[in-house]
Order: sequence, then C-alpha cells, then structure tokens
Amino acid sequence: MSGMFFLISALAVGGGLAAVLLKNTVHCALALTLAFAGLALLFLQLDAQYAGFAQMLVYIGAVAILVVFAILLTRGSETPKDGVYSRNWFAGLVIAAAVFAMLGWAVLQSTSVLPHETAEPVVTVQQIGIALMGRYVLPLEIVALLLTAATIGAVIVAMHEKEGAK
Amino acid sequence: MAETMDQIFVLLKHWIVGLLPVTVQPIASVLLSVVAIVGFFPALFALTVLLERKGLGRMQNRIGPNRVGPFGLLQPIADGIKSLTKEDIVPLSADATVHFLAPVVLVVAVFLGFAVLPMGRNMVLVDMDASLLFYFSIGASTELSVFMAGWSSRNKYSLLGAMRAVAQMISYEVPLLMSSVAVVMMTGSLSLVKIVEAQNHYTWGLPHWYIFTPWGFAGFVMFAVAATAETNRSPFDLPEGESELVAGYFTEYSGFKFALFFLGEYLAMFSISGLGATLFLGGWSAPFSFMTWVPSWIWFFSKLMLSIIVFIWLRGTLPRMRQDQLMNFAWKFVLPLTLLNLFVAGLWRFLGNGWERWVVCSAILIVAYAAMGKVGMRREHFGPRSYHYAE
Repeated sequence: MSGMFFLISALAVGGGLAAVLLKNTVHCALALTLAFAGLALLFLQLDAQYAGFAQMLVYIGAVAILVVFAILLTRGSETPKDGVYSRNWFAGLVIAAAVFAMLGWAVLQSTSVLPHETAEPVVTVQQIGIALMGRYVLPLEIVALLLTAATIGAVIVAMHEKEGAK
Repeated sequence: MAETMDQIFVLLKHWIVGLLPVTVQPIASVLLSVVAIVGFFPALFALTVLLERKGLGRMQNRIGPNRVGPFGLLQPIADGIKSLTKEDIVPLSADATVHFLAPVVLVVAVFLGFAVLPMGRNMVLVDMDASLLFYFSIGASTELSVFMAGWSSRNKYSLLGAMRAVAQMISYEVPLLMSSVAVVMMTGSLSLVKIVEAQNHYTWGLPHWYIFTPWGFAGFVMFAVAATAETNRSPFDLPEGESELVAGYFTEYSGFKFALFFLGEYLAMFSISGLGATLFLGGWSAPFSFMTWVPSWIWFFSKLMLSIIVFIWLRGTLPRMRQDQLMNFAWKFVLPLTLLNLFVAGLWRFLGNGWERWVVCSAILIVAYAAMGKVGMRREHFGPRSYHYAE
C-alpha cells in the first residue's frame, strides 16, 4: 500500500467519479478513459506488464474510441433537458453499496482461501503464451469464434443499412 | 577506438551521472536520457521540416525556402519564432479544457513511444520485456487526442476530419500490429532489444535482417503502408487534406498549439520509422559485417532518415486516396495479406534451412498478392477518358 498506489487509485477513482458526475457526455467519456488509464497503471505497478499494456491497448485504444464514436454518431452529446441525475438515486446507491460489499468480502476472503499464493508472482509474456496455447487453448478458440461471429454480425448490420436506404 | 565511438553517449552519461551524489544517481540517469531524447528529436524535427519543404519543392519543380540563411537553413528558426509569437485563438464556443489538452496528450504520447526504441548498442531508455506492446498501446492513445482536437473545436470541418482520421487510424492499426506479430513470432520475444539482437548476425557478410526474407519483405511493405496511414501522411492524408478540409482536425488551432500538433505528427513519423527500422531493418546493426566499425547509432539514424526521405518522396509523388478507397484497401487487401504473412512466416520456420523454403514462401506471397490485386481490380474499367460537361 505504497504512496504510488494511493496516487494511482486516486486517479482511477477520480476518473470514475468524474465519468458519472460530469454534465457533458464527451467529458464523461474522456474521464472514463482516465479511469481506464488508472487501471492500467495499477496493473503496471503490480508488475503485470502484459495485462497493463493490453488494458491500455484494448480499453483506451479501442473501447474508449468506440464510446466516443457512439456519442458522436448519436445525439448524446447534447445535455438532456431534464437533468442528468436520476430520480431513484437512493436505490442506485444501495445496490452499488451491496455490490461493493460483496466484492470487498470476496477479496478479503481470498487470502484465507488461497494461503499458498505468493504476493507478486513474476509472469513473463512467454508464460502467458504457453498457458494460452496449452492449458487455455479451448477458451482461446471459443473467444476466436465469438469474435468471428461479432465481425460477421457487424458486416451484416452495416450491409442491411445500405439496402434499407435504397 | 570504434568501441568507444559506439558507446560514446553511454560513456558520457555514466561520466555525468558519476559526478553527482549517489542518492540522486538513478533519477539523474533517467532524467539525462529523457532530456537527450526531448532535446534531440525536436531538433531532428526542425531539420526534417526544412528537408521536406525543399524536397517537395524540388519534386514540384520549384525551389523550397531559400530566403532565410544559406539554402534556407535557418527557416525552421523563423518558423519557430513565428509560431511562438502568434496569437493563440480559441473559438468562443469551443470546449476550452479539451481544446487545450489535445495537443498535450498527442505530444506526451508520442514522446513516450521513443522510450523503448533501441537507438544503438545499449542505448535504450527502458528495456522492458513487452516493449513492443508498450509502443503499440501508446500509439493507440494518439487516436484519442485526434478525436479530442476535432470535437472540441465545435467546427464541422474539424469534426469530420477527426472522425475520418480516427476511422483511418483504427483501420490501419490492425495491419500494423499483425505485420509486427510475424516478427515477434520469429524472434520469440516482444522485447525490441532482443529483436535487434536476433537480426545482428551475419552469413557470408550479409546480415540476417528480417527484410531479406520473403515474409519479412512482405511484412515490411505492409508495415510501411500501415505506418504511412497511421501518421496521416500522404497518400493517406485525407483527414488533414489541405484542399478539402481546410486543415482537418487542427483547423481551429493557431500559434504554438498548431506547432505542437505539427511536432507531434512528425515525431510520430520518426517514432514509427524507428520502429520499422528496429523490426525489419535490423535496428542498429550494420548492413555488412565489414562495416561494424561504424558506430551503431549512426546506422539507426541513417535508417530512420532513409525512411523519412521515402515518406517525403511518397508525399511528393502519389495522389491522395479517397476515404472509401483507403478503408477498402485496409480491410480488403492489406489485412488478409498480413494474415497470410503470419502463416507464411510459420511455414518458413518449419520448412527447414534450405532453398525450398525461399521458393515456397515467395511463391505463396507473390501468387496471393497478384490474385488479390486482380480480384480487387475486377470492377475497375480503365478505358479512354470520357468527359461529362454540365448542360
């Protein structure tokens, strides 16, 4: 729990809070990108190089761009007329607190459930590669299938739009 | 003597760091390298801007700038003074914070990319296990700054330019990564230092650079195409098309912020040329084994400048591609070829060490290129030019 950890988590939590509290939608998207960056830095602080860089590449490089494209291509960048805060904020707060309590309990219990894990395992990219191709090859292939289905679906959706315009 | 010249910057850094107290030394060492990079590459940028203007001028049958200093050599200084003293105009309805942050994010992200390039023997700022992945993830962050610039200007031209630029950069990011994955596959490591060291061997005086293999040559060509598109250079510079979109996503920027964008774009060009040289052209290794007495950093920067000259040459020669032609090219031509290149690289590895693998791999790549070219051009009919006049 070093000072660096608090700094990075302040960045991540601040970004997340800004993402829900700001009024302009594009500002919210950019604050969300900041939260992603904070998460990547947390991974890097724990010496998980591959996870940190993959987080940056995928989340900041692709997901954040997807979010801003979605905001641009719809009319979401205009501030809605009846305010941005929901009326049932108390129910939301209760649900968020419940989820946080459950996750916190699970994390704190993990030290007693898995007593033989060392604090920071050193994992190289080569070990990740070998694990992906050896033990986890079935999930890898299923994910590839899922991505192919998503690509084909995207192409079909785009094609139908063209035919619909005719 | 050659050894000293080769390591002269490393020795200089160690000497300077040795003069400081011991507690400050690690930070001082890193800071010194950072200052060297931050000082050197903008100087190279100034030289390149001049080279580009003179080079483009000569290609267009005119002389470039020649008023300021002999052969226009002091022109970059004049440009720098101009951009520093211009009024910084921010449109009234523009989003001030995002408008200010966009060039900052671009320049910071691009400078971060220089940290992992091995510029000579033992001359890399950070030697990470996954440095290639770091480079690509930082490169992905530059797209965000382009979007921020275009959106915050509240200008339809800027927004259009930004969306085109982001779409182009995302589309060409995939071939960029895939052509580098072939190199990673054959080296067995994501570390750029190890990739250069794997290419630093010589057979009969010729180097083992990856560009001299069939899959490496195809990979280099595709990497070069994707790199030209990633940095929005001609012929892929529709987002900043000077004749169509005013200046695209940096229309509303004036003075120093425009200079920062310009700097960011050229630095991205250097950075990706450096990466291409590292991955395919052998980084800091010499072309022939009898030339290893020349310092390694001279070889690296020669390859970088050669790539820059090719970029400038392309800009002066090829016409601009239209947006849909650009996207078609990326998704329907370059991407399938990069996937095939991965397969061919694997074949290369497993076909043994003789002449068969050269013939088989080259044949597969050439046939695929010709076939895809023919299939892609099936709908284009190039007949005699016909003119339609308005009635």
